[in-house]
Formats: sequence, structure tokens, C-alpha cells
Amino acid sequence: MKPMPFDYARATDVPDALAALADAEAGVRVMAGGQSLVPMLNLRLATFPRVVDISKVAELRERGETADAVTLGACVTHGEIEDGEAPEPAAGLMRHVASGIAYRAVRNRGTIGGSASLADASADWVTTLLALGARFVIRGPDGEREVAAPDMFLAPYFTAMTDQELLVRIVVPKTSRDATWGYYKVTRRSGEYGLTIGAVILDPARDRASVVLGAASRTPLACTATAAALRGAPRWTDALEAALRVAVAEDLARGDRPFEPHEAIMVETTILRAATQALGVS
Amino acid sequence: MSLTSAPPALAAVTAPRPGCIGDRVLRNEDGRFLAGHGEYLADLDVPGTREIAFLRSPVAHARIRAIAIPEGAEGRVFLLKDLGDIHPVRAVLTSPGFRGSDYPALAADTVRFVGEPIAICLGATRAEAEDLAQEIVVDFDELPPVVEIEQALDPASPSLHGWPDNICFVSTPGGGDLDAAAKAAAVTVSREFRMARQCVVSLEGRGVMAWWDRRLQELVVYSSTQQPHVIRTVLAKLIGVPEHQLRVVAPDVGGGFGVKNNLQQEEVAIAALARRLKFPIRWTEDRREHLIASPQAREHRVRLTAHADAQGRILGLEAEAVVNAGAYSIWPWSAAMEANMVAGILTGPYAIEAYRGRGVTVVSNKAPLGPYRGVGRPSACFTLERLVDEIARAVGREPHAVRIDNMVRPEQMPYRTVTGKLFDSGDYAESVRQAAAMIDVPAVRARQTRENGKGPRFIGLGFASYTEQTAHGTDEWIARGLTEVFGYETATVRFTPDGKLIIEAAIQNHGQGLETTLAQVAAEELGVDPADVVVRHGDTAVSPYGMGTFASRSMVMAGGAVGRASRQLAEKVKRIAAHLLQVKPDEVTLAGNCAVAGARSVPLKSVTDAAFLHPENLPAGEEPCLDETTTFQPLSGTGAFAYATHAVVVAVDTGTGLVEILEYAVAHDCGTMVNPMIVEGQVQGGVAQGIGNALLEESPYDSGGQPLASTFADYLVPGAPEVPTVRIAHLETPSPFTAYGIKGMGEGGAIAAPAAILNAVNDALRPLGVELNETPITPKRILTALHDARTERAR
Repeated sequence: MKPMPFDYARATDVPDALAALADAEAGVRVMAGGQSLVPMLNLRLATFPRVVDISKVAELRERGETADAVTLGACVTHGEIEDGEAPEPAAGLMRHVASGIAYRAVRNRGTIGGSASLADASADWVTTLLALGARFVIRGPDGEREVAAPDMFLAPYFTAMTDQELLVRIVVPKTSRDATWGYYKVTRRSGEYGLTIGAVILDPARDRASVVLGAASRTPLACTATAAALRGAPRWTDALEAALRVAVAEDLARGDRPFEPHEAIMVETTILRAATQALGVS
Repeated sequence: MSLTSAPPALAAVTAPRPGCIGDRVLRNEDGRFLAGHGEYLADLDVPGTREIAFLRSPVAHARIRAIAIPEGAEGRVFLLKDLGDIHPVRAVLTSPGFRGSDYPALAADTVRFVGEPIAICLGATRAEAEDLAQEIVVDFDELPPVVEIEQALDPASPSLHGWPDNICFVSTPGGGDLDAAAKAAAVTVSREFRMARQCVVSLEGRGVMAWWDRRLQELVVYSSTQQPHVIRTVLAKLIGVPEHQLRVVAPDVGGGFGVKNNLQQEEVAIAALARRLKFPIRWTEDRREHLIASPQAREHRVRLTAHADAQGRILGLEAEAVVNAGAYSIWPWSAAMEANMVAGILTGPYAIEAYRGRGVTVVSNKAPLGPYRGVGRPSACFTLERLVDEIARAVGREPHAVRIDNMVRPEQMPYRTVTGKLFDSGDYAESVRQAAAMIDVPAVRARQTRENGKGPRFIGLGFASYTEQTAHGTDEWIARGLTEVFGYETATVRFTPDGKLIIEAAIQNHGQGLETTLAQVAAEELGVDPADVVVRHGDTAVSPYGMGTFASRSMVMAGGAVGRASRQLAEKVKRIAAHLLQVKPDEVTLAGNCAVAGARSVPLKSVTDAAFLHPENLPAGEEPCLDETTTFQPLSGTGAFAYATHAVVVAVDTGTGLVEILEYAVAHDCGTMVNPMIVEGQVQGGVAQGIGNALLEESPYDSGGQPLASTFADYLVPGAPEVPTVRIAHLETPSPFTAYGIKGMGEGGAIAAPAAILNAVNDALRPLGVELNETPITPKRILTALHDARTERAR
């Protein structure tokens, strides 16, 4: 489990990184925290002649906030988010999610931008950023463009970015102060990727509800029917639960494949438990 | 009863003295391990070493048409033909009907499993060696693979080894009148059980390093092995180097659990190649190789039928155990070890007088099967103990009560089982009573009534009991048909002139605490401080011949040998001390690093000074020096039987299929405990592995014979959050057959956990109409069963 030989270069700034990516034939791969890329290289599942390390690029480590949104540089680590060293847009949701990613050793190096760029459908950030309605700022040879979350994750390990582009920052809209959330991840053991992930954000002040099912299909599934059933619901009732079960089934029917019976049970549980958390049901 | 040697004079210890047998002594070896100062195979720093990557088969079954080695790779790539005149491994049983097969060190004509080694590639680094391996092109003529048990049993499947079919061996243990038992029975209960194939997952993988020592004219083989002497013996035969020119060393070994208790093909290939090279070569197994190509474990299908009376008392038992042993027979255990063992011990701790067993070993295009903590016992315990729960339900009684009624009783000891094992001592039913008391059965039942059915979480209670045959003696290995008989162990105990003690033992310590517990045995006899005793082991150059550490044998066997040698040495120490003190030898006792006679005493240092440096101070006729070498064999050729009952409370989440372990209690008896703290660690660690067996670990293959779990992302082992603290009660019935009454116990924790946990999960889900008889019980299996039961009810 040792990688093929490859050239390694550390980018000093974003233009430097983009210059390295400019030659489409060169097979250059960007490395941020390396928590997915390095194992793939070691297993020789991926071979790249050249790896460009962007983890020290100052611009990519920046974070900031406005009245409406939080901005996170692509190389902000899970650990920094977990530790509150980045602004929180969603009443603690992002800190909570960060604290549950793999193990602390992984969180110390792994980055939010690396996770979004890899677009593993089981990754926590892919689901969470979709639920939060994040926007992805991408820079390439033709300048900068912004991609909304629903347009970002196209297929497993496949995003809206070209190989010449780099994700530079993520803009996460702030929820209102009274927003609540639920996040439920089923793992077979602590620290593993989720078998299913349910993310629910309820923001009554903005009349907004967002529900995303992650890890269960090729890309995260926006559960719009479930969100509609939850929008404005004041509290958990038997009637609400019944309505949610119907809505979940409706959402799952729009998935990219039919769910096996055991998956359907787990997925329904995941979404309903995230919803109960968001509604403050213990 | 068969007695293989004179009764040992080493009686059970009733009141532990500080540092001696029974004391909770801190481990001598922990200093270097906790500081990261252990020296494992990958840590060895020998100038000029080149690293090895094995080219391994990417296909499950194929003929090799051609192997194209890249130009310029001469001297860096080696095939079987480059290793000289070496023999293939042929691991057979002497039992009539056993079908043998050859396992070449490197595949030359045919590959039979994904991961089988084909070529050795050398590089200055492992990465370079892997680059080279990637450049070799093998032209395979693929053959249809035989993957699962049912395929292997099908006579129409292709034969792997040129036999009429793929059945390697069938054993038929049993006795008593089963037909009468069936006729007399009030209930008959049958089930089919499956235990998945597992990987062993020692923390340190396997590894081998070898070079020719020009000064000593010997081949030096370092291997991460549990049994260096035995490996030397078999390597010598296979590669044609005489044993006195072959040294095998096991450095610090980071866990074995059985996977390093075999001759490994890599050992043969590397030793043979090193003899022909002028520089050292080393292979360090990586995790991917470990999960794919190391000997794997389990993969059993057991069909079991019990005939019982109206109280659930088992009158007769009928079993068929089929084990998928993979592509090759592993030396020395053979492919048939698992199936033979399961079929041979299926009556468990119970007094079952009629039994008809059938153990079937089949071969397939999967990695070969080897021993793993518990060997056949986790599966035997799982199937029998699951069935006991179903018998209890069939007669409407609490499962633990049915267990108590079936147990061999203390007054029946020693008890000869229907398959010929001799249970030595103990109160088996008492372990059930103590486990039931610790887990508080009425409280759990009340909680179930209160909570189950109120939400998605269902509470369940499970028990499992077992006996663990340990320290198997000569009779056992002969009965099993092994070509070598591992019936004894050896130790040398020697003082140094400055009064310190060295123990040289042929066992190998890879986590068992033997550098401490053997010192405690010496302290018992010689009055030395165990912290000051050096235990040297794992090296054919530093100890007399012996068998190694496996089968829960080392404390009994090596402990017995150290005890006997120390007792003999103590007699001489007392004679010399008596001479120095001017008293009679029988007035002398040894304690606190001194020889004491009433108010007078002399430090051991003075005794050793006389023995080694001042023969003029020795009594007349006494020979100089102070060392003894002895062997030990247990009195019973089938060893000493430890036993235990595990009790566990689980919560099953019917929404996710996840199982949480709420309480875990173990009541066990391993006879005299040398160091209760180490015993407790062994129980806890074994339970952790049993939890993996029950809930997480599985090495599935696809229909083409490709292993699907090749990294830790796919092969899940329990971590600290998944393992509860186990509450442990010690029963302590000394074995009449061993030194000090010690029974082995290293595997026990792993034996009962799958059975107990499956019983608990089934207890929880019974109201929902679910029964699960397959390990591991994954969320998928639980939720699918729940779905099926729901569909069934709706019909």
C-alpha cells in the first residue's frame, strides 16, 4: 500500500494552483487535507503524475461573515469548525456535524472544501451544505463563478467543477436565530461513514424547511415533500408523523433507484429522527 | 483416564504471596510497550536490507500461461523456479480418508485464490518493490471459481485439487443411542446456523525477514510468528537447510490470535530466497494483504437437531458442520481443523449421552482457513447455545434454568464426554447461577415488560455457556491426526552470578503477559522479585526446543515447565544456602531474594556467588552453576478445561437495525489464576473480538471469488466505543491435571460472545416474530428479518 511515484508541489496562492491545473493533459490532482486522496494513492486506486498541495494557501484558509452569510475558505478544517474557530451560520449545526466526521486525527487535516470537491455521497458536508443552501465559489481560467448546492453535486465523485477549476470558498447563508435543526447519522460503528444521513433545518421565521437524505443514494436527495410537511409544523403529533411517513415515501420514490426493504426502514427512521430532533422531541 | 506423566508435585496455591502466583503484579513488559520501545519486525534496522512486495494473484482460479518480467528486472524478481529445490507445503492429517494437496511457496502453474503469492519483487523501498510488481504481466487462463459452501458441496463444481469432488475430509464423532434419545424425546428442535468468514486482524500484520549469516554459517529468519521452534523444524525440511544451521526469531509480535500460528508461504519463499542472496530481505504485510491473503477464519454452516425431555434436558444431539476451508491446507493444522473441532465439541458443557456428529471440510477458491482465537469453539458454542435457547422456549422455561439442568455436575468430575474429552473439574452450573445473578434476570425481565413495545428499542437478554479445552496434551493431538504432536513445553531457569534470574522459554509472548506470569511462577518457587526476572523467549537460539504460544496453552505448559525447573533449582539453592548458613537444607525457605533459616538468612546473591565464582564454598559433591531445564506435560492428554457463562443485555433499534450492548457479565473458572489482572484483560479482550464476530466482522466474496472487504472501510472491527466494560466473576477450581491447578483461558472471552449476543438479540425481537441464526447480525440482516416478519404477519 505505497503510492506510485508522483511529483509534489505546494501552491503558494490560488493563481499558482490554477497554473498547475491549467494543463489538462498533465493529470494534476489537487490535495487539500489529503484524507481521501492519500489512501486512494496508497491503494493505487488513483494515480496522478503530479499532486498540488493547497493546504497552506492563505486565501483558502480565510473565513468571514456578513449579516446574511458565513464564508469558509476551502481549506478550513473539520477540526476548526468543530472547535468554533470558524463562524457558525446555523445555530450550531455545522459544529455538530464537524464533530461527528470520522476521528479527530482525520478532522485535524481534512477540509470542508476537499470534502465538497470530492463529492462522496456519504460525506457529511455534502448532505449538510445542500440542506443549508450553500453556494460554492469556484475559480478557473475564466475567472470566478458561483454554483448553488443543488447544481454542485452531480454524481458520485463528480461535481460541477472542471479539472481546471478550484473551489476557493463556500458561502453558507445564515439561518434566523430561532431556527432549529436535526442531524441523524446511522453508522455501524463510531467514526465510520454514515449508512444514511438525515439533515433537517426548520426556520419558521423565514417560513423555510429543508430536508436532505444523504449517503443512501448516488447523490444526496432533497426531500421536498417531507420539507413541505414540516414547514410551519409547531410540534410533533401523531398526525404529523403519519403525514411525514407519507411524504418520506413520496420523496424516496423520486430517488435514483428503488430502495431495498431494509434500506427503506433505515432511511425512514433517519429522516423522522432528524425531524423529531429539529422539533425538539426528546 | 489417561495419564501421560507422573503427577506434578506442584500443588494449587491457596493464599497468594506478594509477587507470586495469584498476585495482581504489574506487567514487566509494559514499560517498553507503553513507551513505544518495542521492537517489531518492521523496526529491525539491518544495513543493506531490501524490501519485498509480493505479486499476488488478482483472480480466484486460473492457470498461469506465462509470466512476463520487465527487462532490466533481473535479480529483482523471483519466481518459484528461482528458489532452488524446495518442497511444496503438504499439510495433512494422518486420519484415514484425509485428502492431501500441495501448497507451493509461490504459485507457478495454477492460482487458487485472490492474493496467492506468485512472485517476490525487491526494491530499496516497499514502494519501489510495488512499482516493480505492477510491471509484471501474468497471462492467466481463468477457470470457473468455487466460492460458497453450497458450490463446494456440489459434485458438479470443478475440482480444485484433482479429487473426485471438493470434500477434503469428513469426520464422524459421536456415541450413545441417538435413536433411543429421539424416541424418548418430548421435543425435537432443529435449526441451521451460519457463521461468516472473518479476517483475524492482528494489530501488527505478518512479516518475515531473512539473511545468511556468514560467520555462523546459518540462515537467520525473523518472523512475526507464535511458534519459532516449530517453524524452524518445518522450514528446514522444506528448504533443505539443517536445523542447526537455521535460526528462527520472533521479535516483539503485535498480536497473533492464531494467524501467526501457521507456517506461512511467505516464510518458506523468503527463507529459500535469502539463502541464495548476499543481503537481507524483508516483507512487511500491509493491511490490504492481511485482509485478503492472510489465513482467514470461520465460515461455518451447522445444522443441529436436539432431542429433549419436557424439562428441556437434552437426551441426544445430531449435527452436521460444513466448513469452507478455502484453497489450501495450512500446516500444521490442516484444512480439517475447524470442521473436526466443531463436530468434536458440539455437546458443550452438557452431560449429553447420545451424539451423532459429522464434520465436513470443503475447499474453495478463497483464502485458506487458519486458526483464530477460539478456533471451532465460537461456532460450536454459537450453534449449540442458540439451540438451547430454542429448546427452552419449546418447553416454556427460562434459558438459563435449562442450561443449569443440562450441565455436567461437579460430582461427575472428571467426566468423559461422548466424544472422548475428559472434563477435569469445576461446577459448571454455578457459572450460570453467578452470571444470572450478576445480570439480575428478574430486573431485566421487568424492564422488558416495561419498555418493549413502547418504542423502536427492544431490550433482550442472552446467555451462553461453554467449556474451553486448553493446554491440549499428547493424546489430543494424536487423536486429531496431526503429523507433529505438540504435547509438551520446555523452559530453562538460570541464575546469573550476580543473583538475578533468567527464564528461557520456548513459548512466544505476544500480549499474554508471559514475561510477567512466568516470572511470578519462578518467584513462587525461588523467592525472587518477579520484576527482576528476565524472560527470554521467541528465539530458537535462546531457549530449548518447544512448541510456542497457541491453543490457550502457554500458562499451563510453560508455567508448568518453569515451575518444575524452578522447584528443582530451589532444591540446589537450598543445599548451597544450608551449607553457607550451617543449617540443614530442609530448614531453608526462599523469600525476598534471600534464603532464610529461622533468624538467619543469606542473600541469593551469596548463593549464586558460590555457585558460579567460588566453587570452594560449595558443599562437598555439589556441582557448580545454577540452571535447570525441564519439560512439562499435563496429566490428562486432553488438557484442562476452563469454562464460563456469559450474560448480556442488548437494546435492538428496530428503526436502524443497530444493536447496543448495555450490560455484559462473565462468570468463569480457569482454575488457579497466576495473575487475576491479566486474566481479566484476556476476558475483556476476548469479548471485544466476540462482539466483532457477532455484530461487525465479515469477509464476503463475490461470485467471481473476489474478496469484497479489503480495507478497514469495508472490514469493520469493534473500537473502544463498541466494547462495554465486562463485569467478571472468578470461580477458581484448580485442575487436578496441571501444575498449580492452572487452566488455560486465552480464548474464552471470544468463544461465548457471539452466542450470548445472538441469544439476546433474538430474545429482544421474539415478540416481533424474528429469529436470526447467522453472524454477523448486521443492520441489513436485522431490518430484512423485521420486514419479512411484518410481511408474513400481514398475510
